[in-house]
Amino acid sequence: MSGANDPYDPKQVAALSAEHLDAAVQKAREAFAGAADLEALAAVKPGHLGDRSPVLLARREIGALPPKAKAEAGKRVNEAQSAIRTAFDERHAVLQVERDERVLREESVDVTLPWDRFPRGARHPITTLAERIGDVFVAMGYEIAEGPELETEWFNFDALNFGKDHPARSMQDTFYIAPSDSSLVLRTHTSPVQARTLLDRELPVYVVCPGRTFRTDELDATHTPVFHQVEGLAVDKGLTMGHLKGTLDAFARSMFGEDSKTRLRPSFFPFTEPSAEVDVWFPEKKGGAGWVEWGGCGMVNPNVLRACGVDPDVYSGFAFGMGLERTLQFRNGLPDMRDMVEGDVRFTQPFGTEA
Amino acid sequence: MRIPVSWLVEHLGFDEVPTPDELAEAFTRIGIEVEEVSPLGPVTGPIVAGRVVEIEELTEFKKPIRHCKVEVGPEQVNEIICGATNFVEGDSVVVALPGAVLPGDFTISERKTYGRMSQGMICAADELGIGDDHSGILVLPTGTAQPGDDALELLGLNDSVIEVAPTPDRGYAFSVRGLAREIACALDVPFGDPGVVEIPEAEGEVWPVHIEDRTGCSRFVARRVTGVDPTAPTPWWMRRRLMLAGMRSISLPVDVTNYVMLELGQPLHAFDAASLSGALTVRRAHAGEKLTTLDDSVRALDPDDIVIADDSGVISLAGVMGGASTEVQDTSSDILLEAANWDPASIARTVRRHKLPSEAAKRFERTVDPALAPVALERAAKLLNHYAEGQIKPGRTDVGVPALPAPVSMPIDLPDRVAGVRYARGVTARRLGQIGCQVSVTTSDDGQTIVTAVPPTWRADLVQPADLVEEVLRLEGYDTIPSVLPPAPAGRGLTEQQRRRRTVWRTLAEDGFVEVKPFPFIDPSVFDAFGLAEDDVRRNTVGVLNPLEADKNVLATTLLPGLLETLQRNLARGAKDVALYNIAQVTLPRAQQIPVPALGVDRRPTQAEVASMLAALPQQPLHVAGVLTGHRELAGWWGKGRVAEWSDAVEAARRVGQAYGVTLRVVASDLLPWHPGRCAELRVGDWPVGHAGELHPKVIEALGLPKRTVAFELDLDALPLDDHRPAPMVSAYPPVLLDVALVVDASVPVQSVSEVLGASAGDLLEDIRLFDVYTGEQVGEGKKSLAYSLRFRAPDRTLTVEEATSARDAAVAAAGERLGAALRA
Repeated sequence: MSGANDPYDPKQVAALSAEHLDAAVQKAREAFAGAADLEALAAVKPGHLGDRSPVLLARREIGALPPKAKAEAGKRVNEAQSAIRTAFDERHAVLQVERDERVLREESVDVTLPWDRFPRGARHPITTLAERIGDVFVAMGYEIAEGPELETEWFNFDALNFGKDHPARSMQDTFYIAPSDSSLVLRTHTSPVQARTLLDRELPVYVVCPGRTFRTDELDATHTPVFHQVEGLAVDKGLTMGHLKGTLDAFARSMFGEDSKTRLRPSFFPFTEPSAEVDVWFPEKKGGAGWVEWGGCGMVNPNVLRACGVDPDVYSGFAFGMGLERTLQFRNGLPDMRDMVEGDVRFTQPFGTEA
Repeated sequence: MRIPVSWLVEHLGFDEVPTPDELAEAFTRIGIEVEEVSPLGPVTGPIVAGRVVEIEELTEFKKPIRHCKVEVGPEQVNEIICGATNFVEGDSVVVALPGAVLPGDFTISERKTYGRMSQGMICAADELGIGDDHSGILVLPTGTAQPGDDALELLGLNDSVIEVAPTPDRGYAFSVRGLAREIACALDVPFGDPGVVEIPEAEGEVWPVHIEDRTGCSRFVARRVTGVDPTAPTPWWMRRRLMLAGMRSISLPVDVTNYVMLELGQPLHAFDAASLSGALTVRRAHAGEKLTTLDDSVRALDPDDIVIADDSGVISLAGVMGGASTEVQDTSSDILLEAANWDPASIARTVRRHKLPSEAAKRFERTVDPALAPVALERAAKLLNHYAEGQIKPGRTDVGVPALPAPVSMPIDLPDRVAGVRYARGVTARRLGQIGCQVSVTTSDDGQTIVTAVPPTWRADLVQPADLVEEVLRLEGYDTIPSVLPPAPAGRGLTEQQRRRRTVWRTLAEDGFVEVKPFPFIDPSVFDAFGLAEDDVRRNTVGVLNPLEADKNVLATTLLPGLLETLQRNLARGAKDVALYNIAQVTLPRAQQIPVPALGVDRRPTQAEVASMLAALPQQPLHVAGVLTGHRELAGWWGKGRVAEWSDAVEAARRVGQAYGVTLRVVASDLLPWHPGRCAELRVGDWPVGHAGELHPKVIEALGLPKRTVAFELDLDALPLDDHRPAPMVSAYPPVLLDVALVVDASVPVQSVSEVLGASAGDLLEDIRLFDVYTGEQVGEGKKSLAYSLRFRAPDRTLTVEEATSARDAAVAAAGERLGAALRA
């Protein structure tokens, strides 16, 4: 149509005719639509948008047109090229989405494949329990005290008001250290930490001490010669047995749930007077909620305070001790204590790092 | 101690006797532990007394069988087959007739057995549910019952036995007397004390006795009964009670001493007076003396043992067990009864020394009421008089002066203050009176009300105010004590060391190690398997005197033996890929073991005394150790796994250091049980703190471990608590990344090269990382090529490649100078 109004231009440029350009656009659209994927689209692209494509070839003809016709022809070519470009982009976008979807579909895996590439580690449940108990008491303002497992008889017995030949001394079947006059034992309880704490720290003291202890019991389902206890000691002005009870109740709730509580039964320990056995109300007890023997406690015997240089007329204190194996055994319903000492990984692994 | 309820309540003024369970509950509430409540029986149906008329021994069977004719009622004789042989014709026995049901739902019926008819069963005590004696059938004392009498009433089966375990401070509670008093206090019922009886005036001494050792024996009392009928049987009621208390009937004199001991708590001894020669002397044994005790053992005596001797020498291990030579025989008619108070500590030592626990010693160890000896003797003498027609001689020997409990005073509100309870007025005085104290209340100069209690003779355990406080609190009930949290003190939380230890504990678990807790007892021969030299410091162990397993008799100086044993157990149970760790104290003897000072407890030890006591303890540092075998990373659908090797042990050890906030340096080392070429020593600075690597092939072979098992062990306590307070400056400018490959002698440790490069590259070096190690033809024999990537960055500007390159070149030059490193061509 270029130059249609130009009587002076003898030439009709067929390539620039509206019909021709429309046909080129139409052919391009068909070609793009026929491209099944991005590769096919790329393959047909030069034929419609490349240097040798009909529209680009037509554009070269514009220069030969008379000036008046140039503008009109240029506009027509631009429109045609733009239409082809749009058609290409649209098709390209569609194919790209299809391709992306297909790739993602093809890349899908069976996510249920096992992923046990790294063997699982675990802390011993006694360790975790000791840490948990420590945290409970730290939250109550206590500190964690420590002491050695091989101990002098003075700390393990004498300072705790065990008379030299009192039957209580033989109640705790003791591992003695060679030679026979060494005056050293493997501690039979964590209670020596009471004396150590009182000699070591400024009053008042509020400490707990989880630790390993030893008695000459043969290993069986409910006994082990090497076991763990947690000891608690508070010495301050005005402490009462009511405070002991309150502390034990709080401890029980933190371990066994809000419904738990403790019960005290009179008993005897050389290092406490009055003394008591502690029963704990265990809501999840096998066969129904009930009392379970948990440990021993009492008001620190004035003789112990005196042996550590604390004036029993000014200060009073309470102490308590629980067996960790026993606690774990009833809390988790473990039938056999031997599993806790044998070190079979199948026992420990299920506890993970934070049982 | 086992005690029939019927015996217990004999001394109590109940309107209505509580059930056995209620009594048990009362015991528990006031602190007498109850181990078991066992009702007798149950027995139903016809159980009667019988008289054995005729015994026919059937000899055609493998064991003795008797066909008996037993009179079980007027004109009624039953045939009964019996397998026991401890009875004779004319004996009175208990017969369960057809239709009777014995404990265990055992129904008696008429049946044919051993070719004869059996119309019932002649019973043993345990078959009737009274006691556990199955040594033979129960033969009743003559005259106890007539054939056909209902035996149920005779046996007293409507009764229960309560087994209690009093705490060792309450010696008085090892008697019916003491336990009945406890129930009287617990339930507020009247108590008739069998320990209070009138003692007749004595006419002179009945036997000469000298106490040489007044510490060992504070009182010795003797009474003599002559003309005792040696054939007199123990009355049935007494036998029954002894049986229910778990004691065997032996002879009337012995049964009487046991019965009185159970009832009052005073152990007695009966001598055959005819076997005694001359005066009795109470003294310590002389070295070399021997005694044949009642159990027919010959015992070498210790100079610490308290004994009773006569002209013939030692005749009794006092308070523990009598001697055979003066034992009451079945012909004895002249009996010297002894009741004494022995030193509890001496008795305890003798029991331990001779491994000879006895009912008597159990009570003496826990202190026997010093006022009780004449009472108990009177009771025993009267029983012998009553049941064996013995004549009680008018004399009584009573030597020694027993110590009586001293008065204890305290502010009357001390129980309130200890309990945190306001007790009703008068409670303290009332409760102390109830347990037998003489109580007086006074006002002190400063206006305080003071209660003074003179404890009763049987309460040697009441020596200080706290003891009185406990009596008030337990009798008022611990359940009346409120539950109050003390005001929270301001705690400081975990110590730095505790926090870091926890991190170590957790880190290893999260790195795939499973924590185990082996016992610290080891067999020292493991050090031979480790190949340790004779003078290796780890062989220097602390020994246990009484190990549970004879060969595991020393305490571990290293955690590896326990860990490797646990590893073996896991492998034996089928595990293949195992990583274990343990964090525990080890025990290291001091080079110079000093003795533990003997310290009292009457005062605080001085600082110096405490220090010398601590110095006498072996060192007990906390160690951490791990072992690995099999795959560190498992094989699976993703491909091959990776087998654990020496570097995994080193890495784990270094991770422990990181967790603790310390960078561990590695130096090649050669320490058994590790492989001499694959053992790393870990150091803090120049200070060695442990080792890691592959175990020596010989050790692996000796212990039967999988090849290439690796291990590490560190002394956690040797790691310093470095003040870990980083303040990193993070530059946002771009880095320059440069690689460099250096060729060094194969013997040069990589760590040295890395350290020199790191130290010489200047402040611009942000990171250095070894990414390849190459040995082979291209670098020549005896050489290795180390490829590093270096990351440089400036804090304040974009670094130029030139700057970075010159820093790298400086580092390379330093490595060349110090380690002979050359740039790889």
